Amino acid sequence: MDYLLDGLVTALRLLAMGDAETFSAVWITLAASGMSIAACLAIGAPLGFLIGYHDFPGRKAVRIAVDTALCFPTVVIGLLVYLLLSRQGPMGELGLLFTIPGMAIGLTLLGVPIVMAMTALAVEQADARLRLTLLTLGADGRQMLTATLWETRYHLMLAGVAAFGRIVSEVGISMMVGGNIKWHTRTITTAIALETGKGDYALGIALGLVLLAMALLLNLMLAALRRRAGR
Amino acid sequence: MRRLLLVLCLFTVLLPAQSMAADKVLMMATTTSTADTGLLDDLAPAFQKETGIELKFTATGTGKALEMGRSCNVDVLLVHDPEAEARFVGDGFGINRVQLMYNDFVMVGPKADPASIKGKTVAEAMKALSGGKAPFISRGDKSGTHALELRLWKDTGVGVPEGKEWYVEAGQGMMRTIAMCAEKGGYTLTDRGTWIKYEAGLKEPGPLAIVVEKDQKLFNQYSSITVNPAKCPSAKADLADAFTKWMASPSTQKRIADFKLMEKPLFTPNAGK
Repeated sequence: MDYLLDGLVTALRLLAMGDAETFSAVWITLAASGMSIAACLAIGAPLGFLIGYHDFPGRKAVRIAVDTALCFPTVVIGLLVYLLLSRQGPMGELGLLFTIPGMAIGLTLLGVPIVMAMTALAVEQADARLRLTLLTLGADGRQMLTATLWETRYHLMLAGVAAFGRIVSEVGISMMVGGNIKWHTRTITTAIALETGKGDYALGIALGLVLLAMALLLNLMLAALRRRAGR
Repeated sequence: MRRLLLVLCLFTVLLPAQSMAADKVLMMATTTSTADTGLLDDLAPAFQKETGIELKFTATGTGKALEMGRSCNVDVLLVHDPEAEARFVGDGFGINRVQLMYNDFVMVGPKADPASIKGKTVAEAMKALSGGKAPFISRGDKSGTHALELRLWKDTGVGVPEGKEWYVEAGQGMMRTIAMCAEKGGYTLTDRGTWIKYEAGLKEPGPLAIVVEKDQKLFNQYSSITVNPAKCPSAKADLADAFTKWMASPSTQKRIADFKLMEKPLFTPNAGK
């Protein structure tokens, strides 16, 4: 119980005093997650729209594969990306191991299936409801397309926020690919792992609270989006 | 289109990162004990101030640190497993191995000492522990500490008690292994530095105490090794050698000696001895 209280006090103090190490970890977390979420949306949304909207042979199999990818353990992604980016790996020349872009690549692998699955689902569901409604209202093809896009826009954002929540809070990929290097690749989660390793539980909890505060902000945004999406 | 934009964005972010990397940055892999005790957080800024080289270190077990050297992902190592280090250098992966400092290992266990090993030699203690009266928590992660523990089991003729019910392989860093040891009421082998740090972090006296110490077998030597540029063209051997030279210099050696926690020194410098 002491640790929890200490953690709360420490968290407030770190934030109020503008503690450089804490803000560096927050910044690096945001940089890596931000980079990766942009890539997730750019790659995941079109692909998700494709498998949600179009019917093609093997579509069900693709959906199952994407849904399975949702359960990919982060340490396995971390290991794969580590081996990929290692100097002796296929992408070793780029020197991306132990860098923020390197972490972002791993985090993107984590986020893309989430964005894909949620976009596909949104498009599928929107189709069923919208098509009938719009047809009865006498919409032509072009109006239907714009209406569908308009409807899924919010879901796309929802998918982005959900993927961001997952990316910002994972530790396996950031630790293995980033290496937890102070001022460079130390994110909030890897810092928590380190502080716990040092036996500094209060600081670990403090950083956890910072992450929770970020999650709260994210979910407030999510709630606002849901309202606007009419749910 | 959006993907194109993304690629452009990534490149603008990557390019400065790349050019920064070219600017005197030394990448080091090290053991958890040098980082968890805070020693490197103390040394790295001083190193940068005095040499202009930025030290980036990633803390892991000695086994993985050596692997990072083998796969050319780091420039220099600061590790503590003399046998594995000798193999690493012997295989041509490392050059310029220099001993820098030492501390010693201690065996810690419950204050009640259920296996009655207090004050015994390591060999006697391990024989007594193999009776299984209390759990033994092993690092189980191929770290330098784990390597020493395995050697001790073999040397004392007990053999590695893998699979025994009382033998717990934690697979975690030293500090977490000690914490697990305290929770389970077991014994474990730890470097003295991490133990002091652990005790410093306790709010009230914990259930553990040192039971075996000051045995010749418990000597813990830390050395730095430059990753061989002949094997790894990307390795910055000049910066690595500069780090080693700086670490072995009298002023840094004094700095290491002065690094204390709860007024106890954690490492003893011994470069050139």
